[in-house]
Amino acid sequence: METVKLKGGSPLFDKIFKIAAAVAATYILAIIALIVFQLVSGSYQIWAQEGISFLTGSDWNAVEGSESYGAAPYIAGTFVTAGLAMLIGVPISIGIAMFLAELAPKFLRSILSFIIELLAAVPSVIYGLWGMFVFRDYLRDWIEVPLNNALGNNVFLFSGTPFGLDIFTASVVLAIMVIPTIASISREIMIAVPNSQREAAYMLGATKWEVFKMAVIPYSKSGLIGASILGLGRAVGETMAVTMLIGNATGPQAFPTSLFGPSQTMSSIIANEFPEASQGSLHMAALIGVGLILFAVAICINMVAQLLVSRVLKTHQGAVLA
Amino acid sequence: MKKTFLAMAFMLLLIVPSTILYASAQTSQSYTLTGAGSTFIFPLMDTWRVQYNNLHSNIKLNYQSIGSGAGIKLLTQKTVDFAASDAPLQPSEQAAAPGTVTIPESIGGITISYNLPGIDKGMKLTGPVIAQIFMGNITMWNDPAIANLNPGMNLPAQKILIAHRADGSGTTYAFTDYLSKVSPQWKTAVGQGKVVPWPVGTGAQGNAGVAGIVKSTPYACGYVELAYAYQNNMTYAFVQNADGSAFVEPTIASVAADAAAAATSLPAPDGDWSKVSIVNQPGSNSYPISTLTYIFVYKDMSQISGETQDKSQEVKNFLTWIIHDGQQYASPLLYVPLPSAMATADDQAISEIQFGGSAVPEFGPIAALVLAIAIVSIIAVSAKTGLRITPKL
Repeated sequence: METVKLKGGSPLFDKIFKIAAAVAATYILAIIALIVFQLVSGSYQIWAQEGISFLTGSDWNAVEGSESYGAAPYIAGTFVTAGLAMLIGVPISIGIAMFLAELAPKFLRSILSFIIELLAAVPSVIYGLWGMFVFRDYLRDWIEVPLNNALGNNVFLFSGTPFGLDIFTASVVLAIMVIPTIASISREIMIAVPNSQREAAYMLGATKWEVFKMAVIPYSKSGLIGASILGLGRAVGETMAVTMLIGNATGPQAFPTSLFGPSQTMSSIIANEFPEASQGSLHMAALIGVGLILFAVAICINMVAQLLVSRVLKTHQGAVLA
Repeated sequence: MKKTFLAMAFMLLLIVPSTILYASAQTSQSYTLTGAGSTFIFPLMDTWRVQYNNLHSNIKLNYQSIGSGAGIKLLTQKTVDFAASDAPLQPSEQAAAPGTVTIPESIGGITISYNLPGIDKGMKLTGPVIAQIFMGNITMWNDPAIANLNPGMNLPAQKILIAHRADGSGTTYAFTDYLSKVSPQWKTAVGQGKVVPWPVGTGAQGNAGVAGIVKSTPYACGYVELAYAYQNNMTYAFVQNADGSAFVEPTIASVAADAAAAATSLPAPDGDWSKVSIVNQPGSNSYPISTLTYIFVYKDMSQISGETQDKSQEVKNFLTWIIHDGQQYASPLLYVPLPSAMATADDQAISEIQFGGSAVPEFGPIAALVLAIAIVSIIAVSAKTGLRITPKL
């Protein structure tokens, strides 16, 4: 009988290994701490100057001598575009995932899922360019102008001057960008639902839709929410495509009031103005302050996601146990 | 015997590296000049890089077009030889980089470009009307203010769609400079800067972005740098000159005429340039919306990290070349060449660039010194130990 011989196993090596692993783990914490430190120290000037009105104000004036900054329009712009993108994107994504996991014939399944994963790999600047040079003209001529003509004077949502570079275009393209992410993860989750669940439902005489409703959805609910939150994360942080499409208004004008008006998100104003802001100026501090808010929002979204997923998971486990 | 070997080893230790150092110092005469900043000047700077390298094969230029503000940042951190910018140094930037000289190296013109189906270039506009359009007070193309300037032009009853720059930009700086000069209302309500609080309109990235919007959107109007307007075959307005005597078409010649009129009133090279403006200069053929682009260099180049006396001389040679011989490459690329009066002022600025107070000895002399000490010590040691290079007869 042969025995396994361990070579080079020594307490010293074990210690080194432990330390190396600990260092690697600390690295993440250190990076986060450094980011927070940098954002806070870089934006200290703007909080000292504007106080809470940096969060609630809507002025954005970088002209030397009359400087005044408020980030409220960009916070609102970020939530509105990301929210609209989720509104459009999530139902479509779940539909795609449903089709791929439950309904599609086998040969179509692999082709379609490959294409969807391919879409997720397209860089955002490509979506931005396509949106700017191709898609915006169609949206403007076929959707925005007719809606504006018909309802523009009565419904504030459709008022304004349709330009093609506005909240609507940005949100639609954002939705297209989050669909591959949400759809491919949702598909994985639905496939992971044990077949015994489906068989049990079929045994009760359920139709395909009922199987989906009774067996697949309850089992995969938390995962679907998690997938959507991942998509939301991408929509909130997306910079390049949004900057190219949202119209980049600043100041009170950037408040999202109409679907067909230009606005601005937190990431797009940083992308626009950071390269030319002069070092040590209030303008620079304001942009770093916007970055800090964006960072806080990202953390909040993640926390809410964790909370939602864990709650769904708990009730779900409870149901299984009962 | 042991002593002799030790002495010889010691001498070798001195001779070999110093010889290599000296040899390498003699052959490495090539320099890489570094610059960073303005994206607007990049096509011209790149042509300069190639042409200058054809003339002086040992000089390479590494220019990073990362934006004027970022270029100034690098100059402040003393990591580049020069920075290029579309706007002069602001007081806060001057304070961060004391002792810089300002060298205007090129001129840009800004067009009011529009997209009106069926209407060619040449709509006549005055400064105050342009200000009213970009403030959102004139909203229709057939507004009486525009129609009165253009009798006989069939102006459509359509909303004016304004496009402006969203990124911080020297083009915006110059355009708002002009509007602030011609419209007191603009000056108080909006002001002048690389980023201004636009009352209306859609923002786009870069000259190319604004040009793209105007080209693809009927009834749009925006301000676009001359080169971009020409390259994109855009239709643009003729703007009333400062005298009010004519509506001038933006061309290389008419922008140059405007800049030449301003050349006599420029500040000292190391003075405060933040108030410099060449818009709206007198002269019946001066196109009023124009801007200088600048190069900033430290007067004392020794504070740049890795700088040497020879290299700083090469930087001066290069700068002299671009403001004289290099200007011939401007017009083909649709940049406006410097008027001769400005080139003379630039020569003055470049002559002020120096390298430090106490000259740091270079690699070559240090190596030569070590070599000399080594030779002397060889003689001394061999004399003392009785070691002979030639065998004893």
